Amino acid sequence: MTDVAQSSTLETSFKTRKTMSENVFGWLLIGPAMLFIALIVAWPLAETVRLSFMEARLGGEKYVGLENYQDLLDSRKFHQTIVRTFYWMFLSVSLKLILGLIGATLLNAAVPGRALFRVLVMPPWVIPIAIGMIGWLWLYNGYFGVLSGTMMSLGITDGPFEFLAHKQSAFYSAVVADVWVGTPMVTLFFLAAMQGVPRDLYEAAYVDGASRWYRFRRITIPQIMPVIVSMSLLSAIFTFNSFEIIWILTEGGPRGATTTLIVDTYKTAISNFKFGQGSARAVIIVILLGTFSLIYLFFLNKVNRYYGNGKK
Amino acid sequence: MMDRYTKLQMAGIYFAVTIFLIFILLPFFEMFMASLRPLEHLFRSPYQFWSDDFSFQAYSDMWETVPLLGRYIWNSVYIATMVTLLTMIFIIPAAYAYARLDFPFKNASLAIFLGVNMFTGAVLLIPLYRVLRTMGLLNTYWAMIVPGVAFLIPTGIWLLRSYLEKIPRELEEAAYVDGASRMYTLRRVVLPLAVPGLIVVGVAVFIGAYAQQFLFAITFNQQRELQPLPAGLFEFIGYQDVTWNQMMAAALTGILPVMVIFLFLQKFLVAGLTAGAVKE
Repeated sequence: MTDVAQSSTLETSFKTRKTMSENVFGWLLIGPAMLFIALIVAWPLAETVRLSFMEARLGGEKYVGLENYQDLLDSRKFHQTIVRTFYWMFLSVSLKLILGLIGATLLNAAVPGRALFRVLVMPPWVIPIAIGMIGWLWLYNGYFGVLSGTMMSLGITDGPFEFLAHKQSAFYSAVVADVWVGTPMVTLFFLAAMQGVPRDLYEAAYVDGASRWYRFRRITIPQIMPVIVSMSLLSAIFTFNSFEIIWILTEGGPRGATTTLIVDTYKTAISNFKFGQGSARAVIIVILLGTFSLIYLFFLNKVNRYYGNGKK
Repeated sequence: MMDRYTKLQMAGIYFAVTIFLIFILLPFFEMFMASLRPLEHLFRSPYQFWSDDFSFQAYSDMWETVPLLGRYIWNSVYIATMVTLLTMIFIIPAAYAYARLDFPFKNASLAIFLGVNMFTGAVLLIPLYRVLRTMGLLNTYWAMIVPGVAFLIPTGIWLLRSYLEKIPRELEEAAYVDGASRMYTLRRVVLPLAVPGLIVVGVAVFIGAYAQQFLFAITFNQQRELQPLPAGLFEFIGYQDVTWNQMMAAALTGILPVMVIFLFLQKFLVAGLTAGAVKE
């Protein structure tokens, strides 16, 4: 009795003493990081917005109002770029999620060797994307890549097939490379989530005679739903922003077939020094990313509530 | 019982795993095969999978074709190390604050940090270029280090925070009752206990820093001697012909540092990085 009383007074004294300087101390601790982000991210972001109203080149700047935005709205090429970006994102994210789900299920199966398989899945996640893309450049090469080589020996194509030289095939080849980069992370997060599902749920279902497929559909999927949703958001952001993959494989070509919004922005601003027009594109990217982040957060909240994980 | 598979199911699982792994590992395998082929056989037509003249010649020739190769690898490691050190200095106090303290705008400021994750450098390149120019950092190591740190701080705070939350509060309270100051408690009580977490987060940051150099390097740095490997590799393309076999050899050599670190720590790393997926 005395013990409890004593410890509770101790705790309150600890708390009251703490709150005196806690506000200040907290900001003192996050201050440096905040300042750094403000300088390197927030200020440039504000600059981007300002520049988007300017005609800015190497020589100087001139205020032009909404002209840069108007040009984009009127440009058919830009409309195509937007559509292409969303198609790219949709295709790539869906494939990553599907492959990730299949991969995680396989790696979660209780078979000998699974620890090794788990390690083998990770390399694309760990290495620099630029280096992985050198491997894909080689694979997609018509003359000495194994893909074209196999296709030739199987008689699917007559001559060498250059994957990156045709509009259609270049686009889908870039998607495949992007999926390759993103799948390991998705797989491992799904796997971790699956391992966190309480075993007794499965056992109860098993005792009741539920099949594997049924257990997967009715236990695994609902249980890992919050992770599926958050992984879709993360993958969507990564894929939308994916620059190096496309830049190294095709630089946005052939004839613009792989030019997504981010590549278009880079080409406009950095390659052609049209800073104002590039900034207008960057602002549109920020608005789009912000919008669907909000939509996703909304969904995530809903999903969490729906599956009543009460885990918060 | 529940986990028992029939022979047929086992075969199916292994078959599917094999296909999955082939997809993941094919580029590495091809890079390795290409690095072993003599240059003139790389361009053999029709395509031939097996050669009888595989050799490791490219691994020694590459240092001569691109004399700065060693320098590039060193630059990569150096930049990643500096980024990691600086990032840790920023995130340790911040992560502690988010894990333990209660202060005004705590959630709002955390949301701002995480919002940074939405942008890649690509969106901010134009003004960032000017900021770095104003500070006189273009074409120095700092041009690649500074933005690198900024884009790793949010993830770092997030990861480290969940570690610090797991450290029992009682120890800090005991230290506090004994009259230790806040800073002292953080330095002498919390940090020593957090060492495993600090290592995992540090390695994760290092791997991220090693991986993200390309964009900053090609945009903010034109000095060849400072270029990190992913940018330097593209020197094998150019001049007269592309020495693909050496480029592959150099690429594989260049990922060795991260792969070694990763293989040693993969178990902790994966557990640490995916922690958010399991708990909450």
